[in-house]
Formats: sequence, C-alpha cells, structure tokens
Amino acid sequence: MASLQGYLIVSTALFGIGAFGFMARRNAILMLISIELMLNSVNLSLVAFNAFIPGARNAGAIFALIVMAVAAAEATVGLALVIAIIRTRQTPEVDEYDDLKE
Amino acid sequence: MLAVGILGGGLAVVTLRNVIHSAVAMMICFGSLAGMYALLGAPIIAAAQVLIYLGAISVLILFAIMLTQAGDASLPAPFHRQAPIAVVIALVVVGLVAWAVVTTNWKAAPTAAVVAIEAIGTLLFTDYALPFEIIGFLLLAAIIGAIFLARRPEEDERAN
Repeated sequence: MASLQGYLIVSTALFGIGAFGFMARRNAILMLISIELMLNSVNLSLVAFNAFIPGARNAGAIFALIVMAVAAAEATVGLALVIAIIRTRQTPEVDEYDDLKE
Repeated sequence: MLAVGILGGGLAVVTLRNVIHSAVAMMICFGSLAGMYALLGAPIIAAAQVLIYLGAISVLILFAIMLTQAGDASLPAPFHRQAPIAVVIALVVVGLVAWAVVTTNWKAAPTAAVVAIEAIGTLLFTDYALPFEIIGFLLLAAIIGAIFLARRPEEDERAN
C-alpha cells in the first residue's frame, strides 16, 4: 500500500469526496470546506509524486506549499463573502439564494 | 491507518448534519494528512499543514460557523435534491482518475525520497522566487479583500 499508486488512490478518493460535498451540500460553509478537501487531495498527490518520481527536484513540495498559501487566501475571502451573504440573507442554505430566478 | 483517518474524516465532513461536527471531522482529516506528509518524507510540508490548515483555516472556519449559526433548534436537510446526481458524477470522476492511476506506468522509485529542508529554502528564493513574491502579493490582496467584505456599513457611518 505504501507505494505511489496507493497514495494516489487515497488522493483521488479524497478529491471525489470533496467534489461530492461541493455539489450536494446546501450549507455555504460546508461547500467551502469541501473545496479545502479537494485542494488538500491535490496537495497529497503533489507530495507523493515529489517523493516517488526520481527527477522531481522538490518541485512537488514547493508547489504544495504554494497551493497551501493560495488555499489560505481563498478561504479568507470565501468565508468573508459567505459571512456577508449570510448577514444579508439570514440563512446559510445556498438554494435560498434565488433572487435572480424571480 | 492514516488513510482511514483521511477518508473517514472526509466522508464525515460531507455527510454529518451538524456543521460543527463536520468542521471537527475536517480537522481530523487534515491532521491525518499531516501525518501522511511526514510519512512521505516531507516534514516541512507536514509542519506547514499543521500550521496553516489545523492552526489557521480550521479556526477561521469554526469562527465563521460560530458567527453564522442561527441556533441549534432545527437542523435543515443537509443535501440538495440533486445529491444522487452528485454521487454519480463524483464516482465517475474517481473511477476515471483511479483507472488512469492504476494503468499508468509511473516509473516510480520503490521507496519515498526525503525532502531536504535546505533545498526547499534555496529553491524558494532562487528558481521559485517569482511565485513566492506573487504569493505574498496575493495574501496581501486577500487580507484587504476580506476586511472590505466583512465590514459592516454602519461602522463606516459611525466613523464619519
């Protein structure tokens, strides 16, 4: 199991879980958490490639760090947006945000 | 073992009804991921994972949940109507990627190589100096944007 393919399978499964959560959950904060899960799964695959592919020259580790920083920025702005929306709409359920439909 | 923590935590995140329980499951998932990074010979990434995800993003999300919870009287249905379609799409994506993973010959080394922290630091300030600077600028922009978005209009009027 401790081979490159094992790690990649775990990463793929985590990405699928995050994708399902993003598409299926109604809570806006849960959707952001699902995005974080997907970013983490990509990080895991980057680090696994970096560890197991010989000519990687640490590029995978560096890009994992960069992805983490971008994820932090995304979480900050995303949560600020969600809090602002919830403050005006009084609900975190995304299917209640249907003003454009009417 | 760590894979069980990661996938179980992830599944708990997307299926639990209570948002706070989901956030705790997310922290379990991120902690297991940090352990897996250490296992993969990348202790610097594991440390960054603990600092950024467990330390910063989890607390940020818990604060957001605290600020937005209307009270625990009624927990609404967690899923959209199209949740079955979402299951199918996610399974198709996972199946395709897993098929690609299994059938590709990766020419991988049998054991994980250890990442030297000195090499990471040197690379960040030589070959990857431009992405590094762009990240600094992006984080500054994110801070300003978050302050702007989370500000209440009344506070402006009071300030004037």
